[in-house]
Amino acid sequence: MSDLLDLSAVEARAALDAKSISATELTTAYIAAAEETAALNNYVLLTPDHALAMAAKADARLAKGEAGLLEGVPLGVKDLFCTNGVQTTACSRILDGFTPPYESTVTANLWDAGAVMIGKLNCDEFAMGSANETSAFGPAISPWQGADKTDLVPGGSSGGSASAVAARSALMTTGTDTGGSIRQPAAFCGVVGLKPTYGRCSRWGIVAFASSLDQAGPITRDVADNALMLQAMASHDARDSTSSDVPLQDVVAAVRQGVKGMKIGVPREYVMDGMDGDVVALWQQGQDWLRQAGAELVDVSLPHTKYALPTYYIIAPAEASSNLARYDGVRYGLRVEAGSLDEMYEATRAVGFGEEVQRRILVGTYVLSAGYYDAYYLKAQKVRRLIKQDFDTAFASVDALLTPATPTAAFPVGRKIDDPVVNFLNDVFTVPANLAGLPGLSVPAGLNADGLPLGLQVLGRPYDEASLYRVGGVLEAAASFTATPARRAGGAK
Amino acid sequence: MSQLVTGRTGDWEVVIGLEVHAQVSSKAKLFSGASASFGAAPNAHVSLVDAAMPGMLPVINRECVYQAIRTGLGLKAQINLTSVFDRKNYFYADLPQGYQISQFKHPIVGEGVLRIVLADGSTRDIGIERLHLEQDAGKSMHDQHPSKSYIDLNRTGVALMEIVSRPDMRSAAEAAAYVRKLRSILRYLGTCDGNMEEGSLRADVNVSVRRPGDALGTRTETKNLNSLRFIQQAIDYEVARQIELIEDGGTVDQETRLFDTNSGTTRTMRSKEDAHDYRYFPDPDLLPLTVTQAEVDELAAALPELPDDIRDRLINDYGLSPYDASVITEERETAAYYEAASAGQDRKLVANWMTVELFGALNKSGQSLGDCKVSPEMLAGLVGLISDGTISGRIAKDVFADMFESGKDAAAIVDEKGLKQLSDSGAIEALIDTVIAGNMDKFEEYRGGKDKLFGFFVGQVMKQSGGQANPGMVNQILKAKLDG
Repeated sequence: MSDLLDLSAVEARAALDAKSISATELTTAYIAAAEETAALNNYVLLTPDHALAMAAKADARLAKGEAGLLEGVPLGVKDLFCTNGVQTTACSRILDGFTPPYESTVTANLWDAGAVMIGKLNCDEFAMGSANETSAFGPAISPWQGADKTDLVPGGSSGGSASAVAARSALMTTGTDTGGSIRQPAAFCGVVGLKPTYGRCSRWGIVAFASSLDQAGPITRDVADNALMLQAMASHDARDSTSSDVPLQDVVAAVRQGVKGMKIGVPREYVMDGMDGDVVALWQQGQDWLRQAGAELVDVSLPHTKYALPTYYIIAPAEASSNLARYDGVRYGLRVEAGSLDEMYEATRAVGFGEEVQRRILVGTYVLSAGYYDAYYLKAQKVRRLIKQDFDTAFASVDALLTPATPTAAFPVGRKIDDPVVNFLNDVFTVPANLAGLPGLSVPAGLNADGLPLGLQVLGRPYDEASLYRVGGVLEAAASFTATPARRAGGAK
Repeated sequence: MSQLVTGRTGDWEVVIGLEVHAQVSSKAKLFSGASASFGAAPNAHVSLVDAAMPGMLPVINRECVYQAIRTGLGLKAQINLTSVFDRKNYFYADLPQGYQISQFKHPIVGEGVLRIVLADGSTRDIGIERLHLEQDAGKSMHDQHPSKSYIDLNRTGVALMEIVSRPDMRSAAEAAAYVRKLRSILRYLGTCDGNMEEGSLRADVNVSVRRPGDALGTRTETKNLNSLRFIQQAIDYEVARQIELIEDGGTVDQETRLFDTNSGTTRTMRSKEDAHDYRYFPDPDLLPLTVTQAEVDELAAALPELPDDIRDRLINDYGLSPYDASVITEERETAAYYEAASAGQDRKLVANWMTVELFGALNKSGQSLGDCKVSPEMLAGLVGLISDGTISGRIAKDVFADMFESGKDAAAIVDEKGLKQLSDSGAIEALIDTVIAGNMDKFEEYRGGKDKLFGFFVGQVMKQSGGQANPGMVNQILKAKLDG
């Protein structure tokens, strides 16, 4: 079975079309893989019956020659996406037992394209975290191991999604990215993750964290799979007022187009204390690869970069504090009975929300309060505009930017959880794209001295995902990243 | 006209501002496709968005935006081509999102003006500060179960227009006139049905008092008044309470108060210290709301003629009194009825018959103009018979009463009952002779100088004719006969 798991989605689609494998075989292999790697705690819910029923339908459509873009491809869904009739919790106790009677637009698009749902994936509670350690279901674990075989975090918040792709317990997975929640775990797990342009994928039916920053995107084994999945999941959606009707470019073709003649900016502010030497070296290596492939590398400045993290940690909690007000024990999810209505709210939310979520609700409530609004929220919005302007200026002279995805490789489970501010630094290279609404792609490009994957990030103009895939395709080819984690399905026992 | 209130220690000026919540007439809610209609079974009109299910997003209902713009145009107000929806955050069981989507800093409609008509027919302009769109909350029912509250989300998310006045009113009567006029404009425009019993129109009343010429006093806000009577009662109570408080050496607290409909009094709901911090911020699920000038122009062009314009026309072109003109134009249906009934007729006479006889009869019978049997054409027919001398005004009243009951044409009633005015001079002369012959004593007294008896003879002649004799001719012939 393990050779089935070796196929990329593009390869699997070709094999399915050629009838050399069936969707049912492929799905069965991935269900087994998910069970085999259960110790990684990537999945919070496996849906094998659902998966096999979908696979049977996929086989029927394949037989009739009516196959969709992702027909028969086993796919895992971050538990932030509402799935009709399938439990959806955002990995929070407050949504304990919640089963939505509706399907998110993104997952509906994927099922329309023929994808097969293997299960719901672990993530940080309400997507708040960078290590998948705030989940009510316990931490998801990376299939990569430290030198001394310690458990490593897969990153977060889409930790289960990245870990599952790396562990080969899903061929592709959905993620959401509010401050780096697709790109950082993708980098930590050695897989490809895209945060599309804000508005590219509908937010309808995705549990909201910070509405002006949240964006769904694909996590895949390689760049070509990623472009294919984006094409299936992106759509203009009248049910999401912030959804865009700018048509998606031919992103699948872009992967093979190369970078000849492209101008790639290297932002000089993306250097910080505590950055691994290996990361700095890889970034330099990436520039060389692109230059060799015919791109022109240009030094650019994004002067407000240092304000991005503080800005993000005002705006995101502010929106979250309001978005999470609906989890009040009145209509669905957890309710802890208590005397008065206010007491019921307090008891329910005290039990239902974990520490990190409570911290962000408190911060968000504070920065929106009378007397603090101007100093925090309003100021942050102004800085956000300046950060956006930095990018506008840069993109007037370059086609894309190349940066590291993260300042370090993955760290051991439990290491940094006690210091929230240190955890926040994981997002330092990824947050600016969310603030500016830009697309960002994380591509695995090398290993550090401990043999752990490192990623490079490509940032682009709004709605120009094609340029990211052009650069990503070149980086992937140059890096020829073939390392696989020890704890993958079918891997070394 | 002085509107000062006299207290124990001198005169006080009353300052009133109103925040009126008017439910937008629309099929669907402000941000969801659920029905906005009234009276369905509890929780029958609730979408996933209204119930604030995880991942649900608001999408603006453009028709509600147009209704707000129409209303703004009717209030001669600034229409803001860009406005912003904010979240007003607070927890309550009938507020599923945990916030109300409203417009805080950038409302869709800015400053305007509303002209009110006072009892003496004079007018006063009341400033409009703003109009914004917002979601209604649901309904909590605390009397259905001994220990639980029940929640009905049918109203949740229904579009409201909050219309905020300047503190320009100086009496409860002015406040009532303001609400009446606002309601009238909303109904002309079709942007709100104005049904106060069903809660389609509610007012929060801000009241303060001050010595004439002083700066504004501290105000209280009395919430959620749903009738003109309650609005006036609450204001009168607040004015008396505040004056007494200050005259006793106390101060008015800035607070929110509740009106008790049974006692007609107000009491503290929450003080300034307990006021919510609503943590307003722009709703990140919604883009700024933009409309084009072309859209506004199109809505303006399709606007119906408004009561002030019709009123001016009735006064200037038809010669109606300001009072009659105001009464007739308060409701769109009434104005339309009047226009139809008075076309080609004596305009003032029709106005008279409408405001006195028709409205009187409607009032007495509890009918509305809509279900009344007297069509505008029928009233015109009646007035026409008076104008051409076929019947007298007195007879016309009987004809009208019959017409109101039976729904028959005036001409038919006159024919049927033989009520045609007697204008044959010979016949009238004969009647007069009979009356004089029967009252020779009075005749002698008249001749002896008792002029006042003239009226007696007129009455007698009219009585003899069954009211049908032409009063002008009776006067003329009788005078000649008596004076010899």
